[in-house]
Amino acid sequence: MTTAAASLIRCEHVEKRFGHKRVLRDVSFTVVEGEILSLLGANGSGKTTLLRIVSALVMPDKGEVWLGPVPLSSAADEIRRYIGVVAHYPLLYDRLTGIENLEFYARLYDLTEPQKRIEELLRTMDLWRWRDDSVQTYSRGMSQRLAIARALLHDPPVVILDEPDTGLDREGIQLLDGLVAQLRSRGRAVFATTHNLERAKSWSDQVFELRSGYLHHVECSDRIGH
Amino acid sequence: MAESSEAERVTSRGGGLAAYLRRVHAVAEKDVRAEMRSKEVVGTMAAFAVLAAVVFGLAFDLRVPRPELVVPGILWVIVLFAGVLGLHRSFGSEVERGTLAGLLLAPVERSAIYLGKVAANLLYFLIVEALLLPALLILFDVNLFEPFILLGLFLGTVGYVGVGTLFAALTSRNRARETLLPVVLLPVLAPLFISGVGLTSVILDNRGSAEVWPWVGIIGLYDALVFAVAFLLVDVIWEQI
Repeated sequence: MTTAAASLIRCEHVEKRFGHKRVLRDVSFTVVEGEILSLLGANGSGKTTLLRIVSALVMPDKGEVWLGPVPLSSAADEIRRYIGVVAHYPLLYDRLTGIENLEFYARLYDLTEPQKRIEELLRTMDLWRWRDDSVQTYSRGMSQRLAIARALLHDPPVVILDEPDTGLDREGIQLLDGLVAQLRSRGRAVFATTHNLERAKSWSDQVFELRSGYLHHVECSDRIGH
Repeated sequence: MAESSEAERVTSRGGGLAAYLRRVHAVAEKDVRAEMRSKEVVGTMAAFAVLAAVVFGLAFDLRVPRPELVVPGILWVIVLFAGVLGLHRSFGSEVERGTLAGLLLAPVERSAIYLGKVAANLLYFLIVEALLLPALLILFDVNLFEPFILLGLFLGTVGYVGVGTLFAALTSRNRARETLLPVVLLPVLAPLFISGVGLTSVILDNRGSAEVWPWVGIIGLYDALVFAVAFLLVDVIWEQI
């Protein structure tokens, strides 16, 4: 007998408009633990808006998003510690070193053993050697790897990837693929946006496309590794 | 949440004032550390302040019988304009580098981010003022190192930084923030400017402490209002960012 996986992200009938433009219309989906949902869509299709709503940065005009049993509208500030976001820009301070960036975010997230966790992540991302270098000297790929470390610093159950493959070299892509597989095996819920249909299919249990504000299901029977 | 225990294992989100102040300190320290390396804000503000003092010195040198008549205005005008130069970088640099989203994604009270920025800005202002006062002493031969002038300047700076940081957050997403910030900020600063000049003039004219306290009271009241309004508005402002 198997037990049903718990839903970690539940988006119900979400709508969002900016002025007269309806960006999201009746958007609903669920991501359970260990599951990966990828979202495709042209530029301006509303992917980033949906991502910002799920990240508790923006509130929807209608509908509700739940992280586990908690509606985002009731506890947006507190709920953020259960979410890790890798954006297509790295969210890093280029005047600070790699380790200083992670130490800063560790303080914002009140990590109990920050040094241990930071070292573990920097070694995983193969950045330990460059930990004391200023981020402005990092390559695009190194910055993106540090951005992934930053997002996973507090070991969040919900991981949001906003075009995480942007600027990554082949090694970085391999690292990302391995990371996504690891997140799946550890029961994390992953919500990703990408322009790359093949990558979306290879990673994901569910693939959707946003068109005219509506969410359309995309077949992904050829997912690699299943 | 089924997986919440995982996040709780590595985080210890504590309530209370001490935890709140730790987050304020983290934001302020990060800003100051980055500034120590770039010298982007303090360098610009200090250079402007000293150059403006020299320009005022040249402009008034031959025409003013007593420099005490103009120095209060010069002091506060320079502080006002030098401040605008630095304040827009407070959130502007976060927007340009895309790091503002990183701050807003963290489980941190918006007021803690605001106060951290206020603390860093206050430090920059005090450094610039520490350079400006000796410059005015040399150029105008007017000693501004009087306890009440220093108190008024400190309280005025606290109020200015409080309202300036709030408006810098409000205008940070606007592409024209560098020109928009002074336009929206300077009218709001009028009471502070008038009180600052009034207080400095009273001290330099040796008119006695009875005339000093009303100005100190106005500046203190302004500061209290600024921070009360900032705490009411800060969450609304962040929703717009």
